[in-house]
Amino acid sequence: MSDTDLELMAHLMRRAGFGASRDELERRVAVGYEETVEELLHPERQEPVDYYEFLRYYPNWWKPGTMGGLGHAGWVWRMINTRAPLQEKLCLFYHQLFATGVSKVDHYDEIVDMIDMFREKGLGHYKDILMDVARSPAMIYWLDNHENHATSVNENWGRELLELFTMGIGNYTETDVRECSRAFTGWTLTHKLPRFHMGRWDWEFEYRPEDHDGGEKVFLGQTGNFDGEEIVDIILAQPATAAFIARHLYSFFVADEAQVPAWSVTPPNNPEAVQAIADVLIESDYHIETALRFILYSNFFKEARFAKVKNPTEVVIGTLRLVGNTGRPSPEMMGWAIDITNMGQDLLNPPSVEGWHSGIEWINSGTLMKRTNFTAELISDQSRPGVVSIMDRVKMAGDSPEAVVDACLDVMGPLEIAAEARQELIEHAESLGPIDWENDSPEEGGAARVSEIIQLIVSLREYQFA
Amino acid sequence: MAPIQKMYQDGNVAILHGVGYENSPRSHFRSMDIWHTCEPDTLGTEGWLARVVRDIDPNKDNVVTAVSMGPSLFRALVGPGVPVATVENINSYGMLTGLTPEEKLSRVLSRYRRMYSPAIGTGPVMDYLGQTGLDALKGADILSAAPANYSSDIEYADTSVGNKLKGIAQVHLAGLGSRVFYLDHSGFDTHADQVSTHARLWTEVSTAIRDFFDDLEAHDAADNVVMFLFSEFGRRVYDNGGGTDHGAGGVCLVIGESVRGGQYGEYPSTRPADLDQGDLVPATDFRSVYTTLVEDWMRLDPVSVVGGNFEKPEFILK
Repeated sequence: MSDTDLELMAHLMRRAGFGASRDELERRVAVGYEETVEELLHPERQEPVDYYEFLRYYPNWWKPGTMGGLGHAGWVWRMINTRAPLQEKLCLFYHQLFATGVSKVDHYDEIVDMIDMFREKGLGHYKDILMDVARSPAMIYWLDNHENHATSVNENWGRELLELFTMGIGNYTETDVRECSRAFTGWTLTHKLPRFHMGRWDWEFEYRPEDHDGGEKVFLGQTGNFDGEEIVDIILAQPATAAFIARHLYSFFVADEAQVPAWSVTPPNNPEAVQAIADVLIESDYHIETALRFILYSNFFKEARFAKVKNPTEVVIGTLRLVGNTGRPSPEMMGWAIDITNMGQDLLNPPSVEGWHSGIEWINSGTLMKRTNFTAELISDQSRPGVVSIMDRVKMAGDSPEAVVDACLDVMGPLEIAAEARQELIEHAESLGPIDWENDSPEEGGAARVSEIIQLIVSLREYQFA
Repeated sequence: MAPIQKMYQDGNVAILHGVGYENSPRSHFRSMDIWHTCEPDTLGTEGWLARVVRDIDPNKDNVVTAVSMGPSLFRALVGPGVPVATVENINSYGMLTGLTPEEKLSRVLSRYRRMYSPAIGTGPVMDYLGQTGLDALKGADILSAAPANYSSDIEYADTSVGNKLKGIAQVHLAGLGSRVFYLDHSGFDTHADQVSTHARLWTEVSTAIRDFFDDLEAHDAADNVVMFLFSEFGRRVYDNGGGTDHGAGGVCLVIGESVRGGQYGEYPSTRPADLDQGDLVPATDFRSVYTTLVEDWMRLDPVSVVGGNFEKPEFILK
């Protein structure tokens, strides 16, 4: 197996998953790139995560309701344990795109239902996902469509449908926003009252024909008595929509773009690639599986190694899957769910309907510190099977500082780092004399010394990229 | 809002009406970007407070000149080469704190410093990361002193805004040279349930503000603080039954002993004929308000900070 194959597979697994251990990468390289892509695009071929195992330990999370702050713990557990990582990665993609937060919805169950829908339908047609989102009680409440009446229009959902979920600002008028909103009047939810003081009834979508404005609408130049679904069909026929969704896919899976609010004034970094994805979306009737297959096979994807800053979920889940022995429901796992929040990504509770600012904006002095501390602490735990496996592989490199550093960089990635940074690591390895693998002292033994180097590696700037 | 009413009656609150800018996009993030960067027409990359920090400390002598309280850094404070300490919990702020013993930690941190040095790095992203890492190390060293030296009789309410303001009080009282503090409190996007939601939010905010100023006053340190409150836009004039859609003109508050209390600006007309797409037309550009803050309070040249000359409301006592 060539290094190139290994590097490419590591890239694929970082983007279409949460990274992979060296053992897993070698297994996958043996199977081949195309086979691996197909496996990732077919989550149904994998044994699903047994969610009841999690619920046996944490029955309260069956319906987290209004519980403060940890509604995403069950999802975190799925991400750590899944054998179909692209499926969970797509949930994260859609959650960023259809950002819906418990700060207002105050009902975790309903947002969890949305994530479950993304898990079930994420690889399908975008229209089906959009229609389910339009009927999602969480989204209806989040964007006030339950207050959108035939007699008094509430534009919140109609506006964001156009601005954030399909076309992007600048491609429609304020009149379009209003006409679009009218078409969704009467799309509401039932059971708004609390079930009991610590919970909620399940919400359900309800269409109330008597509250629907069935009158004539003029929308994006077309005239008719449109309802919500017809509006979505008109929106999806706009080239702006394909370009907008393509750019979202590019920014999430290929390389960081400018922040979404800037898209109307900043062209894409790679307009040809975004247009190519948009063309595939139009040809395939917005089939996301087809678009993703196109992306993962493309040269622009393969060449975009380390062109993205990891988001906090990728940092935490990636580290946990790497060090191993993290798959059981445990209080420790609850802490990891909060760690993602503390790095700036409170899952199921994005700061606004525009989702999180991503890319380099994930990084500031506070979050960089949290990322570094989190990763360094787990990677230094010599009792974790993934760490043992890393040590075993580094051990085979011998005891020369240079060979040890290169082995660490290889097995932790393979990582590409600046020559000067590599030189610093080698100096650090040399600074305390030869590395003695026979010495098992927790202070200056071989494993302790190598652990120190690995902790420095995960603290590197380069380690923040996927 | 009773605590703020009390401060208003004491003459310490300026209320600025009808603040905004032309052609409000009515989009949260775009509008917040405009407030943060002072660039209503193009996409700004630099925050106005980052420019303030750079003017105060051009040589970056103090990495805690600006302290951002919260898990993410606010865009108003983002600028090339401008250090900002981003603190979520001031009590556990430090790099690689899991490393023991002390000797090993200092060995690793000194290597970290070298690996993050400006000599290593290619391009603005790596430079930004490098600078951020070094600033984080330095800021942690400085800020670790603040909670240890703090004691107070004031019990802040246990709300997120209360805890953030308490952290700010600790850093301010430690005398570390911090000049700009930023925090937020969210949930004001009331398309529904506006009345009850606003009542709860304003109770949280006004209580925390009262506790904060009481705390500073008890430490004889209230006279050199001015607090500025804004939101990215006001709400639509006509409600939708229970709430309101995104609007245009809004209101700002400035609070502190050095504030000339009162009401400023023209109260926007609510007559239907005077509305723009259902929204209040702002008569005061938000950059006018910034101009007063920058020139009369921070004593800096406002033109380069806010990007132009704006008439300024005189709400700072001279």
